[in-house]
Amino acid sequence: MNLNDFLSTNSKSIPPSAIRRFFDLANEMRGQVISLSIGEPDFVTPIDIREAGIRSLEQGNTHYSPNQGFIELREAISDYMKRRFQLRYDASHEILVTVGGSEAIDLFVRAVVNPGDEVIIPEPCFVSYKSCVLLAGGIPVTIPCRQEDDFKLRPEQLQAALTPRTKLVFLGFPNNPTGAVLEKNEVEALAEVLRNQPVLVLADELYAELTYEPASHCSIAAVPGMRDRTVIINGFSKAFAMTGWRIGFACGPQELIGAMNKIHQYAIMSSPTTAQEAALVALRDGENHVVAMREEYNRRRRYVVQACRDAGLACFEPLGAFYVFPDIRPTGMTSSAFCEAFLSEEKVAIVPGNAFGDCGEGFVRISYAASMENIIKAMQRLKAFVGRCIQHD
Amino acid sequence: MEKREEILNLLERNAKLTAAEIAVMIDRPVEEVEATIASLENANIILGYRALVNWEKTVAAPVTALIEVRVAPQRDQGFDNIAQRICRFPQVKDCYLMSGSFDLMVIIEDASLKDVAMFVSEKIAPLEAVISTGTHFILKKYKMNGTEFFGQDDDPREAVIL
Repeated sequence: MNLNDFLSTNSKSIPPSAIRRFFDLANEMRGQVISLSIGEPDFVTPIDIREAGIRSLEQGNTHYSPNQGFIELREAISDYMKRRFQLRYDASHEILVTVGGSEAIDLFVRAVVNPGDEVIIPEPCFVSYKSCVLLAGGIPVTIPCRQEDDFKLRPEQLQAALTPRTKLVFLGFPNNPTGAVLEKNEVEALAEVLRNQPVLVLADELYAELTYEPASHCSIAAVPGMRDRTVIINGFSKAFAMTGWRIGFACGPQELIGAMNKIHQYAIMSSPTTAQEAALVALRDGENHVVAMREEYNRRRRYVVQACRDAGLACFEPLGAFYVFPDIRPTGMTSSAFCEAFLSEEKVAIVPGNAFGDCGEGFVRISYAASMENIIKAMQRLKAFVGRCIQHD
Repeated sequence: MEKREEILNLLERNAKLTAAEIAVMIDRPVEEVEATIASLENANIILGYRALVNWEKTVAAPVTALIEVRVAPQRDQGFDNIAQRICRFPQVKDCYLMSGSFDLMVIIEDASLKDVAMFVSEKIAPLEAVISTGTHFILKKYKMNGTEFFGQDDDPREAVIL
């Protein structure tokens, strides 16, 4: 009996990662290298948030929560969205607490995409988008965001990708892996293209708290007319350094959140109770931690951008998330070859850009969610490595 | 945060940062950072640049003790005179005026328990203004100047997260 014959067409439709070999190599060398390859904060969850989790367990709060999440947390999320992004969501029907932003992405896609529906995905982007669409039987339509456009989605690109079969558009900004942020006027221009089209928007705003002056995050849901066709995905992982707690949320119109909740209640039941109680404290008292982490990220960001440029790599200035996405084409190497050689020769792990879509080829993602000491060492090695690569040509 | 305080914070965490590195991190010209550091040094706000050493991992491992000293304050001088006399001994690493049940907290570092005990009984206790002393030996250091001594070096995160 060949078990592969039992696998569903949808599960088989997910292509293997473009950077399998690099993954294996990085795992093999784990512990011996400086890792700038990690898409999660190096900060530990702030201690008062951790203590809220401990308190919750000590009090014996070990039961299921309501499917949608505790109402206190949904109310705190509602306040937070109003306070930070001037968006109003009703805690009882328009907010769903999920197991990380990733679950929310999958739920929304499954709730709205029918087989054959087209879903527009600007690349480079977070790796789950395409797979979620394929699992739902949808057709991913990718748009390459280019370095010359500062890795932003242009309205004319969006216009050209729309067809009568388009059901949904992904907007993942501030962007992983490029660090690009969409400004208010740019979001408005995209909204203008969508305004008279019957399409929905998935706004992945996990990095909304991590933007650096002069940039600031503007949600497409804040543009008049867009709120009622947009689901915002957000969470606690990046802003509050809570990746391992697995907690996120979605905000959107009642019909869409309701449909997502139907899938959530059967697939997941509810988000972890401990994590929800900790997340409540994060929203109530965590602002100062966010500010401190953002300031530290910003110092590292400036340092890494400058170091890449000093090393001879053109580098767009990312004003969001915690990634730098330099152009390694002057070395004449592919992204994978560059990253594998850099790992073997200099013991620094960074991620090939093509992991995030074909148009990421020629670029690498450097995460500055790492200590300044390690960043400084890694950038000295980058300079030496790039120097050797360019000399060889 | 003011740029001056930001520079102090960065240097307090890592005194090996160069002015050029700091300039990039805080987005100011390197000349300005150099001038600020020079003025901080001149104003005795930056008092020095030193390594934070975990001596317990060396053969030299000295003994550290915390001495509570009760002092009779002197007319017009309070505790300053006696504190300054105590500070002149090279064994004295730190000396603070305290609120509460004693007056000066003196931290002593010396080669052995006996050296510390002798120092206290021969040099501190006999001082005229000193009423009493209480000696506490430090057995193990867990955290010093903000650095945890038991901190793990390995990154606990997965090798690659996309």
